[in-house]
This record gives sequence, C-alpha cells and structure tokens, in this order.
Amino acid sequence: MTPSETNNAARIRVDQQLIAEMITPGSRVLDVGCGDGILLDLLVHDRQVDGRGIELGQEGVNGCVSRGLAVVQGDAQTDLHNYPDNAFDYVILSQTLPAIFDVKGVLHEMLRIGRCAVVSFPNFGYWRIRAGLAFQGRSPNSESLPYTWYESPNIRFFTLTDFTDLLAELGLKTERIVTIDGNGKANTRGRIGHWSNLLTEQAVFVITRK
Amino acid sequence: MTTNTHDGVGNTGESIAVEPAVTDLPGHRLVLGAEDPMRLVSSQLLGPFTVAYQTYGELNADKSNAILVCHALTGDQYVAESHPVTGRPGWWERLVGPGLTINTDDYFVICVNVLAGCMGSAGPKDIDPRTGAQFGLNFPLITITDMVAAQRLVVEHLGITQLFAVIGGSMGAMQTLEWASRYPEMVYCAIPIAGAARHSAQNIAFHEVGRQAIMADPKWAGGDYYNDNDAPERGLAVARMAAHITYLSGSALHTKFGRNLQDRQAITFGFDADFQIESYLRHQGRSFVERFDANSYLYITRAMDYFDLAAEYNDSLPPAFENSPVRFCLISFTSDWLFPTSESRRIVHALNAVAASVSFVEIETESGHDAFLLNEPEFFRILAGFLRGAADQRKLAGPS
Repeated sequence: MTPSETNNAARIRVDQQLIAEMITPGSRVLDVGCGDGILLDLLVHDRQVDGRGIELGQEGVNGCVSRGLAVVQGDAQTDLHNYPDNAFDYVILSQTLPAIFDVKGVLHEMLRIGRCAVVSFPNFGYWRIRAGLAFQGRSPNSESLPYTWYESPNIRFFTLTDFTDLLAELGLKTERIVTIDGNGKANTRGRIGHWSNLLTEQAVFVITRK
Repeated sequence: MTTNTHDGVGNTGESIAVEPAVTDLPGHRLVLGAEDPMRLVSSQLLGPFTVAYQTYGELNADKSNAILVCHALTGDQYVAESHPVTGRPGWWERLVGPGLTINTDDYFVICVNVLAGCMGSAGPKDIDPRTGAQFGLNFPLITITDMVAAQRLVVEHLGITQLFAVIGGSMGAMQTLEWASRYPEMVYCAIPIAGAARHSAQNIAFHEVGRQAIMADPKWAGGDYYNDNDAPERGLAVARMAAHITYLSGSALHTKFGRNLQDRQAITFGFDADFQIESYLRHQGRSFVERFDANSYLYITRAMDYFDLAAEYNDSLPPAFENSPVRFCLISFTSDWLFPTSESRRIVHALNAVAASVSFVEIETESGHDAFLLNEPEFFRILAGFLRGAADQRKLAGPS
C-alpha cells in the first residue's frame, strides 16, 4: 500500500514471514525486540493485528514510531512485568532469545501476558555450525548468525534439542514447530529428533501454557 | 452539564462572574457558564466567564480533523502567528502551519488560552463585577482539570465530538494527559511531550521560588497592583530568570555562553552583568514582563503544582487510563531535567499496565526541556510519522 511496504517486502526474513503466517488476523500482538519494525509493520498492514512493540535500541524505536507503529523503548527483561495477564493473543520473540540473560523469566512473562508465545531462534546444532567448530575451529558465523564473536549480542548458544528440553522442564506445551533448513525450506515437525537438530538452521516455535 | 467529576464536594453558593479586562487581542472569544456555571475543582462556581482561542486551517465536513494544541505555562493561543503583543513568531510556528508537521492544510488546529491566563481567557487581571475592580488574588484557584473542562466546552461549541489529536509540551502535556484520562472518548490520539503525570517536589520547589520572588516585590501589593499601573516587574522578571534556567540543560548553557563576558574585556569587580549568561537572563526577564501578568504566573504555576493524575486513584496511575481507547505517543528529551524521561516512562508503564496503545521515544538532544519548542528534526520526523499512522487508522484523508 505505502511505498515503505514494497521496499520492506524484500527485507522480510524467512522466519518473520513464517511467523506472520502463523498469526491469526485481527489478533492482539506484542513483538518483543521488534527492531526496525519490519515484522510488526507486516502484521499490522497485512494481518490487521492490533500490534505493539518493545525495542531496546533507540534508533529502532524512533524508526518504528515514525512509521506509525505503537512501539516503546524498553527492555524485555525488565518491562514485560508492567503488562497485565492475558493482554495479548501472541507475544513474539524473533531472533532475540540468544541475547536474553533471563531466558526462563522472559518465557514465563511472555506466557503470562500472552496466550501464545512465538519464538524464533538460530540453531547452534546446525551441521554447518558443528562442522565450522569441529573442522575449522571457528565460532559460528553464518547468514542467520551474522556476527563476529566479539560483536555478537548473543550470549546464549543453544540447539533445537536444548530448547525442547527446556520447554519440557518448564512444563510448557509446544503447539507448533517449523524448522528452516540451509536452503530456506520450511518444514512443520511434530517433534525434534537428532536429524532435524542437525539439518535445521533456524526454527519457529509456538508455545502455550499447559 | 459543565461540570467535572468533583461536583458535590461542597457548594460555595453564588457563581463567580468574570468580566474580561482585555478585549482588543485578535482571535476568537467564547462566553461560557452563563446559564450553567462551571464547577471548579475547588468547588467554587465560575460563570459567566470568557475564554480566548485561536484556530488555524479548516474543520472538515465530518469534523474529524481537529487537533487541540495545549500551551505551556507561559505560552498562549498564538501558536502559529506573530504574537500580538511582542511581534515575535508563534511559539510553535516551525511545527504548525501549511505543509508543516502539523499541517494546517489537512488539520484544523485549535489552541485555547488557559483559564487564569492573561491573553483573553478569564484570569486574575479581569474585572470582578461585584467590586468593579480587578480580581487579583480574589480570582478562584484554577487546576489543570478546570483548564481542560473549559477547553472541552470550546470543543463542544465547535461541534466536535472527537478530537483527532490532543498535543502539548510541559504543562501542555499535563493537559493532554488530563484530556485522555477524563474524556477518553473525545480523544483519538494523545501526544504528551516532555511532560509528567504529576508535578515533582523539585518542580514545585522551583515554582515556589518564582512565586516568592513575585510576592517579595513591594509592587506586588498582595496582588492588588492593577490600578497603579505599576506591576511587580522586578519580581516577575526574577521568577522568569530562575525558571528559564530550568528550561535549559547545563551543558547547553555552557556551550552557548561559557564564561564569556558581555561587551567587556575583563571582569569589573562589581555586580553588573559581567557574564553573557547574566545579560541573557536579564533580557529574558525584561521581555517576559511585557507580555505576562504576575498574578497569572502565580495561578498557573499553582495549577501545575496541584496536578497529580494518580491522586484520585489512591496514588496508582494505571487506573487513570483503564480501558483507554486513546492511542498515546509520548516523547521525552535526554537532557530535560525538569521533566525527565523517567516521568514519561512512568506514564508508559501505567499505560502498559492497562494494555493501552502507546508509542514512546526519547529524543537525543542538548537543548533541555525547551527542546519541544526548538528545531529538533528527529522530534518532527517522529511526530509526523505518528500522526500519519494515526490518520491512516482513523481513515482521515490526511497527509499523503
């Protein structure tokens, strides 16, 4: 509709596209760590959601607000507690989990204020990352992990299997898992086995309380 | 009909009528409370009384494109035109006008001189018909709630059922928050800039210094100085000088003035204005007294001191915005220490607590509290974007 949208279309990441397709049109959505607001913009304009965002970086926040998005400057780890229970249908955390210190706390808060948590993250169990470490002796650096080790915001390095273990430990229910392989091909999976942990570059989980 | 939520607190009987002393200023006048006096928060009745307001642009057919601008402590309704007294540009002339951020080709902009002001709305320099003399301190105490209640009557008079936006900085932000809290159905979006939901102890303290400066001037004479045509200009100027310091940041002052000397090569070992900053402040004080009434300054600073949106809700702010349909956009400035970002953040947290729609940005600037009046391109860009987004959602044929 607006020129910004057509420009943005090319910049939407594959996980963001997948998330957008999972969100029921017209629902209430909070995007935690919404960055420059690409996903939120897509959700608001294409899925007609009542969308809100939180972003730590001021540049991202200013960009979002100047595009008419309801975004506040804030920290996922300190500011989610301000929201009331069940304020949202979906609380999204796209590619932000590896940068979070209190992972359990944030997941807990997401599922307190939202009915569903939608989490996307890079899989450190992906074979290329394993091979890079095993054969080249280098820390992960790929399209989905585009940072050098000294500049990366990521402090948590976990695999698909690690994450499913955590969900089991927390007693959370996995509604849906979509994995994305190295060619950007998405597959819906019932469970995560050894092979999917090896072949998945990134994944999107939809999680609810039991 | 013209009441607020405080009626029934008590009745002081007769309504206080106000006869305007100033009538030759340009702009609109509206007499309110003639048949049905307005109940003030103090429980006194006011009416008939006059409010002065100014408008820019055209109201569209379905009356959906109105933006109410709320002015700050020493501002007035002359937002986007030369000031009738000083001849200086309107205080938001770089923001409000044809083709500007608040585009008067698209929006109908209203600004009302606040109650207790001195530019045509009822205030202490008006005539008390009971005595035939100026009110002075016999004018009733006015609160932010009362100012907004009067503005609501103006908006209703114009046939507007919902304002597209209410916007204001500083005390204007207080009025904006009051609007959104008390009349949420009449506000589509609210943009409080460099504001707070309550006046802090520090800010009350600064206001008290200003008031004491006025009251310490012998010419103030208990507020009864109008007949002698000899206003307490020294006191008011000192109040303005002290306040002006709070509007700027320490670093901005130092960048602009440093320890530079004023028209001299060396210090004079006396109490002349040796430093540029002294000369600047004296000038600020002098030019202020030309256009502002000392008693109005007392009343309006008091209104700000009394403002605390959470007071009615057991000191809890979220209930002030319960179920609010209003879209909020809060803006603060990094170097503003008078209304610091923490005050805006407190409001954001309260709005989050009731799951209201809120945008919040902090603008990086050296300009201190005054930033909302200055050329801040990032501020303008964000405001323009928020308004565009809100106009889209409101399906206003707004800026393209």
